[in-house]
Formats: sequence, structure tokens, C-alpha cells
Amino acid sequence: MRWIWIDRVLELERGKRLVAIKNITMAEDHLHDHFPEVRDDAGQLVHPATPVMPGSLVIEGMAQTAGILVGHAEDFREKVVLAKVTRATLDRDATPGTTIRHTAELAMHSEQGAATKGTVDLFDHAHPDAGWVTIGKIDLMFSHLDQNIAGTEFPDHNFVFSETFRTLLVNSGIGCDF
Amino acid sequence: MTRNEIFEKVREVLVEALGVDDDEVSADASLAADLGAESIDFLDIVFQLEQAFGFKIEQGELFPENVTQDPDFVQDGMVTEKGLTMLRERLPHIDFAALEADPQITRVAQVFTVDALVNFCERKLAA
Repeated sequence: MRWIWIDRVLELERGKRLVAIKNITMAEDHLHDHFPEVRDDAGQLVHPATPVMPGSLVIEGMAQTAGILVGHAEDFREKVVLAKVTRATLDRDATPGTTIRHTAELAMHSEQGAATKGTVDLFDHAHPDAGWVTIGKIDLMFSHLDQNIAGTEFPDHNFVFSETFRTLLVNSGIGCDF
Repeated sequence: MTRNEIFEKVREVLVEALGVDDDEVSADASLAADLGAESIDFLDIVFQLEQAFGFKIEQGELFPENVTQDPDFVQDGMVTEKGLTMLRERLPHIDFAALEADPQITRVAQVFTVDALVNFCERKLAA
């Protein structure tokens, strides 16, 4: 499975800010179930299909955006895992044919983890004149898995930043050697 | 800053970090048992206190670390005398009386109260 919810990194300011985009397409299977059309027993259409990017996956996209920002700031040495969704508000649905832009900023950073603040913008290709419209805010907390306060040990290799992330970064023109 | 002003700031931090209501944050409320704090929330609280008060909190300064893994400090599910001495020395802002009376490891989380955070901030600001 390629559990990656951003397509490209557009900007990266080490330890400060990372901007990434996600194009939403009808090729994504889950959109056909989220939500399918509804018909009554007589076969009459009650509600047409309304494919909408699930809010949980928008949050995951921000978590990947912000996670890379945190990981990059420490040269991908730490296993950076999402530990808490501090706040998430989404005011508008993202549908196929639109592009989401995640902007994550590093708010706090320590040996144990990091806190990020994020903005979600939407570009509707059917209405380009509207430009980027802010549709949500997502603030997150990340934990460095090897620095957990319980002292639990994990495998040495960094299973968080895998080949998929490497491909994303390299294709975005960002050097990485993990 | 008065103790009352410190308490109000701590309350704001906890409302933000734990998603609780203002009136739930009383001085004797336990962060874990009463306000539902989980492990990552403790890091969030550290970050937010740093921002609210403008001081730096070192790792292990506000909350203890790796205590339960050390057999010198915990034996048979009980915090040892050595463990209690270490906790008292490292964390002077916390009242360990209840833990001294009943040193079960499961009771350690209960000593982290709102009052303990206010004590900690008061000491940091006075330093």
C-alpha cells in the first residue's frame, strides 16, 4: 500500500515551514464510497454520489507534510510519529478536480517531539479566479519514538521515513540520504 | 506575577492542551485521572507552558522520566524509599505526601496536579 497523501513538496524552509500539495482525483477508490449515490426501493435517485476527500485523510496529508518538516529538521534521524491532533477544523469539502495545499509550520521542537501549526488551502480548477482559499487549520503533535518517556525500545532502522517518502522528496527536488 | 495570575495562565494552557472546560481545572485536579491527560499531553503541556511563560523547561524537569524502568526506584509495583527520595529531590514542586502514604506505582500519576504545575511555574519565575 502506498499510504501517501501528498503529491509534491513545493517549498521547504528547514526547521520552519513546509508546503505540499495534494491533487484530488476520481481515480482514488475511496471517493466512490465516500459517498455513493442513494436510491430508494423503487430505484428513484434520492441523493446523487458526492465524492469528497475524507477529512481524516486531509489530516493525514497534513501529518505527512508536518512530519517531513520535523524529520528534515533533524536529518531524518528520529522516528517521527503523529501523537496528537491538537486541533482540526475543515470548513469546506475537497472534491475531485481540486487541489489541496498543506502549509505546516514548526511551533515547538525538542528532543522528545514537536508541535506544528498547519493551514489547509483549496484551489478549485473550475474557478481559478478564486485562487487559493483557506478551508481549515490543523495543529499536530509529533513524538520521537525512541525518546518516549516510558523508555520503550523500538527497532533501529527508521521505518517512518520509508522509500515512499524518499521518492516524494527526490521528485520534489529535495536531497535526502535516508 | 501573583500565584492567582499564574494559576489562570496554567488553566488556559490546560484548557487548550487537554480540551477541558475552565471549571474542570481546579487546583487539586489530577492531570491524568481528572483531566484525562495522556502521555503525549505532558509534552504538549511543557511546550505550551514554555510559550505562555517564556521560560525553557528541560527534559525531566517538570515530569519525571524512566522512573518505572529502574529497579532501584520501583520494586514489586511499589516506589522504593530511594525512588521517593529521588522524586522529592528532582521535583520539588510536587507534593508527594499521598504517594509516601501509599507508594503504589499506579498512584504516581495522581501527584501531577494543577497545583503542582502552578508551584513549578512559580519557582521558575522566581529563579
